[in-house]
Amino acid sequence: MNLPDGLIVVAKRECPTCTLVEPLLHELAQGGEPLTVFVQDDPAYAAGVPGAVLDDTLERSFRLGIEFVPTLIRVAGGREVARTHGWHRGDWREISGRPELGAALPELRPGCASKTLEPGIAEELQLRFGDTGLTARNVTLGEAEDPIEACYDRGWTDGLPVVPPTPARVLRMLAGTPRRPDEVIGLVPPDLAPCTVEKVAINAVMAGCKPEYLPVVLAAVEAALIDEFGMHGILCTTMFAGPLVIVNGPVARHIGVNSGVNALGQGHRANASIGRALQLVIRNVGGGRPGEVDRATLGTPGKYSFCFAEAEDSAWEPLHVQRGFAREASTVTLFAGEGVQGVVDQKSRTPESLARSFALCLRAVDHPKLAMAGDALLVVSPDHCRVFLEAGWSKARLLEELTQLLMLPGDEMVAGAGGIAEGLPAAMAGKPVPKFRPGGLLIVRAGGGAGLFSAIIAGWAASGPVGSIPVTKEITA
Amino acid sequence: MTASMVLLDPTSERSPVARALTARPASLAGLSVAVLDISKARGNVFLDRIAERLAAQGVKVNRYRKPTFTRPAPTALRQQIAAENQLVIEGLAD
Repeated sequence: MNLPDGLIVVAKRECPTCTLVEPLLHELAQGGEPLTVFVQDDPAYAAGVPGAVLDDTLERSFRLGIEFVPTLIRVAGGREVARTHGWHRGDWREISGRPELGAALPELRPGCASKTLEPGIAEELQLRFGDTGLTARNVTLGEAEDPIEACYDRGWTDGLPVVPPTPARVLRMLAGTPRRPDEVIGLVPPDLAPCTVEKVAINAVMAGCKPEYLPVVLAAVEAALIDEFGMHGILCTTMFAGPLVIVNGPVARHIGVNSGVNALGQGHRANASIGRALQLVIRNVGGGRPGEVDRATLGTPGKYSFCFAEAEDSAWEPLHVQRGFAREASTVTLFAGEGVQGVVDQKSRTPESLARSFALCLRAVDHPKLAMAGDALLVVSPDHCRVFLEAGWSKARLLEELTQLLMLPGDEMVAGAGGIAEGLPAAMAGKPVPKFRPGGLLIVRAGGGAGLFSAIIAGWAASGPVGSIPVTKEITA
Repeated sequence: MTASMVLLDPTSERSPVARALTARPASLAGLSVAVLDISKARGNVFLDRIAERLAAQGVKVNRYRKPTFTRPAPTALRQQIAAENQLVIEGLAD
């Protein structure tokens, strides 16, 4: 933008401070040096001032980077050399070179926000006049197409409606991260397609995320792409699992990821949309669609979206701390999770009794006669957790006790035992068998404040290095 | 309905934006063909002849008629046509 030498004032009628300085503009215009006034809203503002221009498209204001009105700018040699905003008598006198300017006005009046920054306008201006950095292909809809139906028709949805990813919405989403839109964050299975921050943002818009969720979604996608997590296998398996996102640290509170009442259920935007955004990235960028590469026999409702936060308690080490991160760090942990199996125990009042209940229920993961196959996530409710806390049991102690209780008798587990053909190889007879591989049982605390219930979320039956191991990624930006 | 809304492609952009037509069958042998009369005047003259020629080739033809050309076919009729046929011919006469 070529700047005219002299003075530039940007103002809008709606702003009382702009009205206050309006008479001064006539004075400045008579001063012999060029004055340009860009008016954002009302052609009658500064009427009669020779250099007044209606900036109704806001292009001039946008290109000048105006945040407040009035703004006074001095330009020399085509370059801006001084700027002030609001009415500050000293600044205006100095920049205009008129020591008597505005003697009748108060010394200081703050300005108002520029129209360029009004909600919904900033992104539109960036799209029209700015460098958006967006590179995704534009898909132009037909005039009679309903945008939501158009997303269905193009195969972009998980079966529920998505928010149509318009450029303005995607720009607003990208404001949630300082990362560049064209940064490639990895290759998404099954197609191993390169995935940019922009593609994640597009899918996050579709999933219903707010911009402040984007760093969590980015971390979740990055975690899913860690080799050990085995996202390709989780996607294409005939078994049930999908990526479950567990959020730890202060970010959960800041953006409202539910860890309380109905933590594993519906009704919270962050929970619903963060897990869904990850799944939409797998579907749309990775090409992982059910019935194609996704060969799940039954699947699980969690494959729409599965995300919750741990209800962290100062006396129980949260999951991310157990996994080596600082307590004040924010993380996502991804677990290849199946469905939710309730554990109802309303009578145990000692940790020993409750741990036995948990162990008995955990035996059912995959099949009571199988072991070392699927991992498990035990979600301990606050009421159940209190039984352990009051007896001085840490989370680590509970894990240790469960590991002992889950050394199972091989005789009962081998194929054919109990008249059931399913089971472990005959060689396991006579030996104790651990139900889970080392590191294969995770414990988190979550849920509402009333209810002596906990939950088991079984992992993929191909857990461990051959299939999937849980991964944790710090949420940065 | 907004005019010419633009969306950003959420995919890996490995397939074209324009949606491909369903692949045409190499032959009509063993397939059922729906002939849908949209109830526009004299459309049946054209469709009768089409049906006659298909039948002469030994193709199974099923005839359908929607109540009025001014509205889309009722859902039940669309589902019936999809369930009973692999191909559909729809004629617009004027």
